[in-house]
Amino acid sequence: MQLIHCPWCGPREEVEFHYGGQAEITYPERPAELSDQDWAEYVFYRDNPKGPFAERWSHSAGCRRWFNALRDTHTYRFLGTAKPGEPLPNTQRNTEVRV
Amino acid sequence: MNTATNPPGADLPEHPDFLWRNPEPRKNYDVVIVGGGGHGLATAHYLVKNHGITNVAVLEKGWLAGGNMARNTTLIRSNYLWDESAAIYEHSLKLWEGLEDDLGYPILFSQRGVLNLAHTEQDIRDSVRRVEANKLNGIDAEWLGPEEVKRICPIVNISADIRYPVQGATYQPRAGIAKHDYVAWGFARRVDEAGVDLIQDCEVTGFTVDGDRVTGVRTTRGDLGCGTVALCAAGHTSVLLDRLGVRTPLQSHPLQALVSELLEPVHPTIVMSNAVHVYVSQAHKGELVMGAGVDSYNGYGQRGAFHIIERQMAAAVELFPVFARAHLLRSWAGIVDVTPDASPIVGHTPYENVFVNAGWGTGGFKATPGIGWCYAHTIAHGEPHPYVKPFSLDRFTTGALVDEHGAAAVAH
Repeated sequence: MQLIHCPWCGPREEVEFHYGGQAEITYPERPAELSDQDWAEYVFYRDNPKGPFAERWSHSAGCRRWFNALRDTHTYRFLGTAKPGEPLPNTQRNTEVRV
Repeated sequence: MNTATNPPGADLPEHPDFLWRNPEPRKNYDVVIVGGGGHGLATAHYLVKNHGITNVAVLEKGWLAGGNMARNTTLIRSNYLWDESAAIYEHSLKLWEGLEDDLGYPILFSQRGVLNLAHTEQDIRDSVRRVEANKLNGIDAEWLGPEEVKRICPIVNISADIRYPVQGATYQPRAGIAKHDYVAWGFARRVDEAGVDLIQDCEVTGFTVDGDRVTGVRTTRGDLGCGTVALCAAGHTSVLLDRLGVRTPLQSHPLQALVSELLEPVHPTIVMSNAVHVYVSQAHKGELVMGAGVDSYNGYGQRGAFHIIERQMAAAVELFPVFARAHLLRSWAGIVDVTPDASPIVGHTPYENVFVNAGWGTGGFKATPGIGWCYAHTIAHGEPHPYVKPFSLDRFTTGALVDEHGAAAVAH
């Protein structure tokens, strides 16, 4: 099982976490001005890269807090995690804590 | 006993002839199909058979039918809720019923029926509603109580003291399984005979674009000119469309499945359970074939996390106590492209001569002949076949979603 580095709790087992999809999807600033296509993109369209992907995860069976992660969708390796609002560290810090 | 003049294996039959050529790509094709899995091969077949279009290449980045076509659990059924889905899946099931004759090749299609279990009162309401919707669409469907479930599949545990007791099930007798490799080989042999080039080890790396047309396909085996490009790339569709700057709501996930060692026939039908994320049948050779729900995160790695199949096994053993002594033979994952409404995306793209067929998620195998038929029509006429018209990309803008999260029966 993979260990995921919660920015508050440290490395914990993957089953404690909940996946939240692409990171930094912000609510539209002027929702009344959005076209149908803009709404479709906000509600349904997400990036789907093969490689590094900035994502949102929740430590749902631990501190229950959300955080951001950079994860490679091809190797499944976590390349870094960060508290919301903090820059995602582009380090290999988490890749050494796999079991 | 072998002697020096009689080497080991000398009494075995000759190696069969190859079922298809392994041609060098030509410079131009009328239709370039990207993806040599079930959908790509079936599309080529119906382009030849229904529309007389034979100047076709099927490009496959690995080996033929080596992606999800080699990794699925081979379930075939048409008991979907909405009219739009019922139409295409039932069309597909009817083609399955004649496919062996059409291909002139054995595909071991076995209509052994499918039970979709209900475990809660809400499950019962949803299931009965789906049965009635199926009947209105001319699809065979019944609602069964627990005792009738037990009569059809004696190894199911219907006792009331389990975590998710069986409260009944929907039953589609015409559902079944087929031998997935034989299906691919049957299609491949037919289209190869007709002159279609099946080009393996040929990954599409880019496109040549002129305005709103794609004029060529760049591959690891050279550049090809093309009249029409038809994407059939399942989990890798986003990777290809990203190269054209086209966004879709697709998300790629690993979907795991596994087989047991070979066992005596114990399981006469197919059993699916939405609530406990497991679906089981027994293959002709004797393996129990079980599928899970998707792994939660986006992934392209063709493997998934072990805790997913651990949970799936716990559910399977509770439903089928006899499985407790079976051993796992192997497990694997395919990359499935999932849409927000658990229905496919088929039809036009912003490029005039590029069509997309994707988003079949966890259920693409059953659709193989049906989508091949309709996608070939779409390519030949430049307009979506009536059965795929509801599955256009613009439904996410208009809001005309086809929500099949219930009937898709696998957690997305």
